[in-house]
Amino acid sequence: MTTQAATHREPDVFAIAHEADLIRVRKVLRAEAEAVGLNLVDATKLITAGSELARNILNYATGRRGRISVEQVYRSDRRGVRATFSDDGPGIEDIDAALTDGFSTRGSLGLGLPGARRLVDDMTLTSDAGSGTTVVIVKWQR
Amino acid sequence: MTEDVVPVMRIGDTLLVALQGDLDDTTVMAIEEQLTREIADTSASGMLIDVSRLGVVDTFIARVLARIVAMVRLLGAQAAVVGIQPAVAITLVELGVPMGHLDTALNAEQGLALLERLRRNDTGAGWL
Repeated sequence: MTTQAATHREPDVFAIAHEADLIRVRKVLRAEAEAVGLNLVDATKLITAGSELARNILNYATGRRGRISVEQVYRSDRRGVRATFSDDGPGIEDIDAALTDGFSTRGSLGLGLPGARRLVDDMTLTSDAGSGTTVVIVKWQR
Repeated sequence: MTEDVVPVMRIGDTLLVALQGDLDDTTVMAIEEQLTREIADTSASGMLIDVSRLGVVDTFIARVLARIVAMVRLLGAQAAVVGIQPAVAITLVELGVPMGHLDTALNAEQGLALLERLRRNDTGAGWL
């Protein structure tokens, strides 16, 4: 998405290091979704995707910590929410596998990453072994 | 450890639990433990889990809900999840969470009727 521009506002940035931060992530995403006028279904999808990605950080990142940055974005006449989740963890060895339904190294449902991708309009995942993982999701207003 | 995290109401032979608020994982697991214990302690024959006030159900919460229903069944009772919000239902389907095996109803009233049917079927099967 090349035409998107961040707002003049500073993005919300905070650490994801405790379980309570899951709730904070949902709250911030809900507030931004409402601010840009996402409908209830789209807001719910965005918040749920964010909840999955935040839990991934708590489950997989080194020291179980990472960061989230949330901002409003614009593209022509549409507004959206962009959330960037990053950690300095071990990285994802096999990104294709991690994005496949049912793949899990932890006995979970293995739906976190592929499920989150289905819930948003755009998701990019970058990861290099040893240098952490960054996942960016965007949800646009309809 | 045995602290109650959610209020449980009893209607006849059925326990009614309304989940609400924003649930973190520890709370969800404490709820699971409490509800399983309540079924064992009260010998109730059914449980309705009302999720109409949950605005978000992610894969973790969904998985624990399914687990609670499975455990209630193992204890010889029936359980149903009622009141899933439309936006949450759409999200769960798109997430790909397998919920098809769960007994669900639109609201608590229909949930009670569903439990009644399930109990009757149970008895019937026992005679075969």
